[in-house]
Amino acid sequence: MDLFEHEAKELFAEYGVPVQAGRVARTAEEARVIAADFAAAGHSLVVVKAQVKTGGRGKAGGVKLANGPDEAYERASQILGMDINGHTVHKVLIAVAVDIAQEYYLSYLVDRAGRQFMSICSVEGGVEIEEVAHTNPEAVARIGIDPLTGVDQAKAAEIIEAGRLPAEAAAGAAELAERLWAVFTDEDATLVEVNPLVLTEEGRVMAVDGKVSLDDNAAFRQEHDRFADPTAADPIEARAKAKHLNYVKLDGQVGIIGNGAGLVMSTLDVVAYAGEEFGGVRPANFLDIGGGASAEVMANGLDIVLSDPSVRSVLVNVFGGITSCDEVANGIVAAIGLLRERGDEVRHPIVVRLDGNNAAEGRRILTEAGIGAVEQVATMDDAARRAAELASLAATGA
Amino acid sequence: MAIFLTAQSRVIVQGVTGSEGRKHGARMIAAGTNVVGGTNPRKAGQSVELGDSSVPVFGAVADAMSATGADVSVVFVPPAMTKEAVIEAVDAGIGLVIVITEGVPVHDTAAFWAHACSRGNATRIVGPNCPGVASPGKSNAGIIPADITTEGRIGLVSKSGTLTYQMMYELGDIGFSTAVGIGGDPIIGTTHIDCLRAFEADPETDAIVMIGEIGGDAEERAAAFIEANMTKPVVAYVAGFTAPEGKTMGHAGAIISGSAGTAQAKKEALEKVGVKVGRTPSETARLVRDLMRPS
Repeated sequence: MDLFEHEAKELFAEYGVPVQAGRVARTAEEARVIAADFAAAGHSLVVVKAQVKTGGRGKAGGVKLANGPDEAYERASQILGMDINGHTVHKVLIAVAVDIAQEYYLSYLVDRAGRQFMSICSVEGGVEIEEVAHTNPEAVARIGIDPLTGVDQAKAAEIIEAGRLPAEAAAGAAELAERLWAVFTDEDATLVEVNPLVLTEEGRVMAVDGKVSLDDNAAFRQEHDRFADPTAADPIEARAKAKHLNYVKLDGQVGIIGNGAGLVMSTLDVVAYAGEEFGGVRPANFLDIGGGASAEVMANGLDIVLSDPSVRSVLVNVFGGITSCDEVANGIVAAIGLLRERGDEVRHPIVVRLDGNNAAEGRRILTEAGIGAVEQVATMDDAARRAAELASLAATGA
Repeated sequence: MAIFLTAQSRVIVQGVTGSEGRKHGARMIAAGTNVVGGTNPRKAGQSVELGDSSVPVFGAVADAMSATGADVSVVFVPPAMTKEAVIEAVDAGIGLVIVITEGVPVHDTAAFWAHACSRGNATRIVGPNCPGVASPGKSNAGIIPADITTEGRIGLVSKSGTLTYQMMYELGDIGFSTAVGIGGDPIIGTTHIDCLRAFEADPETDAIVMIGEIGGDAEERAAAFIEANMTKPVVAYVAGFTAPEGKTMGHAGAIISGSAGTAQAKKEALEKVGVKVGRTPSETARLVRDLMRPS
């Protein structure tokens, strides 16, 4: 799960990582009130920052300085509702402006290749670190971190030195780096990024922006739920999540249900290839119903996929490994029965490909059930082609 | 020969008394695996029924090893207990630990991997979040279905479980020396490269199928390894060409970050070193079939 900047900074503050004062506004009027409070405390200059989980906010005009409550109101009205890389701005952070002397970069992340953790540190911050790595690779230091020893005072100093931060920032940055490591480990984060890490004119080091990704696998021992953001999720994704389904909404017309993440990803690709022939028909979603594929899970899956208004056909692609195909076939029959009981007639063709354990029996069960909407195809490639074809026929009204 | 897992392997199950441990323990035995026991600290001294067989339950991996000569452990314990279980197996000095458990926090995997490194990497770790290792006709440690394929001379290494099964099934008539499901998490013990190296050295393997997916750069690094070290032919498949940026596709590690980890980049890296990459699983199987056809 990715956090908003303001959530990341709230976490930072809990761990003693210095951040500037800031509060969230959901309306321009709230922005005015917050800016007035800050002005009363002697900070009339504030930054109004769009809260969206994507980069490039500055370039898109989502970060603006404001002097006083009226300007804060004006800036917030401009920024709220903006679209930044497909993300609508629903809230802004009003933060006390900081006199920036220099901007650096610091992050902790999972080093997949090294099978450990890594810090990236650079004296050049405030821009995309990938860009710095491209234009000035020597300015970007990558320091491996042993998960058993982590980042202590000495390691923090090593990181800051490797990033070539100047002497006047070194002590403050090292202290911040040590505290930021506690955020990374104690919160089960997979990424903690501070860009820019700032040296102020007064000589303080602080995190002026923050990005945090949390490990969903660690939810059982963390209170990550407090960061859940139901408003941002696609409504179908939100419903799928409530039913514990592994669903990702895409932009095509062929609904996909399969078992196993790899097979489902592969199914999306094969449908997209096949769809090239039919005017660019594409997969409408990713949905992995897992190994079990009980009737109820299949019914919930079909229900979710069919609730997507752009779906024109459905492809159920199951390989019977541990689960045998007769169980899966019974699941499909029962699922369609369950949907009918709920009053949801299946309006779109469902192409089913069953292969693997007990495939012949599974196919027989489906054939004998005689469900009009269900069409069986023997191979994955042919099934994908048929599902794409049916989607294109439905789209043209043929 | 096969790799990692042979007819001589003596297998224990950590978490043998749980529902997954019992179910798959029984399936492993039915597949001909020599399952010699299991562990559960609270049920030491008891035995557990695995299908028609009964195996002893030990309190610790070390006890199981000294009593049975076990050299492989398959881990089915819940995510919260996985780190401890793997560290216990490593400390006991077992040769191979296969971690089936899905949903292990990456900080825990990083910790048990670092622990294994600090002990000189004497224990091979496969997984987590993987279907296991199967050497058809010899031994099957994990959840890979045993009856979808036969013994043969193809080696397979894959991030994905069901794509592994699909490939083993499609090429069932030719057969496999060993299939290794390495798992789809961001940090895994055994990598594509480890398996490629082992298959290259295995006299019973003639060709290798490598299945990758979006996320990270393991496939790109495997391509560099293939160019420098492999004499046996490698055919590859990569899943996730249609995956959007920034979305996790089922496996915790299957995510494109910015422009990094795309299927296209992986395919290009592999093709650049002469690896044939199938567009679909079936086309990949056909490419392997062409290779294995006697000339």
